[in-house]
Amino acid sequence: MIPHGMLRDLSELSVEHLEMVAIAMLAAVAIAIPSAILLSRRPRLSRWGLGFANILQTIPSLALFGFLIPIPFLGVGKATAVVALILYALLPILRNTLVGITGVDAAVRESAVAMGMTPGQVLWQVELPLGAKAILAGVRIATVTTIGTATIAAAIGAGGLGVFIFRGIAEFDTVQILAGAIPAALLALLADELLGWVERRVA
Amino acid sequence: MNQPLAVQFRNVGYRASGRAILHNLSFEVPAGETLILLGRSGSGKTTALRLINGLLMPSGGQVLVGGRAVAEWDPIDLRRKTGYVIQESGLFPHFTVERNIGLVPALLKWPAAEQGARVRELLEQVGLPFAEFGHRRPSELSGGQRQRVGVARALAARPGLMLLDEPFGALDPVTRLELQRQLLELRRRERVTSIFVTHDVREAMKLGTRIALLTQGELEFFGTPAEFQQSDGDEARRFLEVLQ
Repeated sequence: MIPHGMLRDLSELSVEHLEMVAIAMLAAVAIAIPSAILLSRRPRLSRWGLGFANILQTIPSLALFGFLIPIPFLGVGKATAVVALILYALLPILRNTLVGITGVDAAVRESAVAMGMTPGQVLWQVELPLGAKAILAGVRIATVTTIGTATIAAAIGAGGLGVFIFRGIAEFDTVQILAGAIPAALLALLADELLGWVERRVA
Repeated sequence: MNQPLAVQFRNVGYRASGRAILHNLSFEVPAGETLILLGRSGSGKTTALRLINGLLMPSGGQVLVGGRAVAEWDPIDLRRKTGYVIQESGLFPHFTVERNIGLVPALLKWPAAEQGARVRELLEQVGLPFAEFGHRRPSELSGGQRQRVGVARALAARPGLMLLDEPFGALDPVTRLELQRQLLELRRRERVTSIFVTHDVREAMKLGTRIALLTQGELEFFGTPAEFQQSDGDEARRFLEVLQ
């Protein structure tokens, strides 16, 4: 049986969890998409940019939280967790946006330029609409992984559904572990479905 | 209505990554004529074409459009006054046929009614009734239909100059012939200078009022199709052999 009071905690922690994910995703999109657009104009730089994002991705999440804690203004808590989540979300969005833009048929891009579209018109009317499916796929992958990774944020006192999981581990309480893990998994599935639907609508 | 634009090449050279693609090219296309840039693959004809709308800039010499050096034109303005058709059509896959054709008029902010009327007129002229084709996507057209839409799109804003890079190269011979006839018909209606790249000497003789034969980046022959038939240049003779 689910103990009394756990349901209230569950809804509070879910909201906290989603807040962290939402802030991190908004920031990651705001950083990664413009960066990818810039990198798409500079093929040589784009290898470095992708390499950097790749390296970020390989840092184990607990270690990344550890690295970020000593940074001024971050410290233990939500800010550090959100920054770490942003860093993780960058790569899939950056890579997919870059693939989406550079994957536009060369003949289409050439015609756009040759018909007298300005660079801004080529971007907004040709490259972004044609790359939208790939870009959205990147956002979807990043969102789903971020929902999962955010459970680890509880280790540095940032709250979220991970609180149940870490408490359950400490108390050898499987019910509590599942009370964190199952809602987190459901949220991830829900986000995947929702963003998948948006992606299909765009295509 | 725009006036047809004359095109001049003055000692034009083009180098890319240390290699000379075009050497010292000079010729003149009077307004309203159709010049065929004829040559084998790699002879530099597409490069020469791209110098005209500023997609490439010459390494030496000058290209003039309407008496003005390409480098002095605002590139956006020049390109909106220059139609462009390529082999793969380059139609926007996410636009309908109607929006594809209306693209340059829309960029030029023509009134909506005028845009619509022009799109309908051009679709009729290329034999694709608006009611049936206006709302289709390029993926719902055959190769020949796509190239017709490509030609209509290039003519939409009544350009003074049209550049065509092997526009019918990927089509079957029957469709190709139909489109060649249609292009001749369009040329009678629309006052436009055309520069047409091809390696097909039959196409060159049929469509050109002038022929420029390029071989390894150099101009071997420049003149009318009748003069071309009398030419005794090495490359010209090889091309003429194909006609026999």
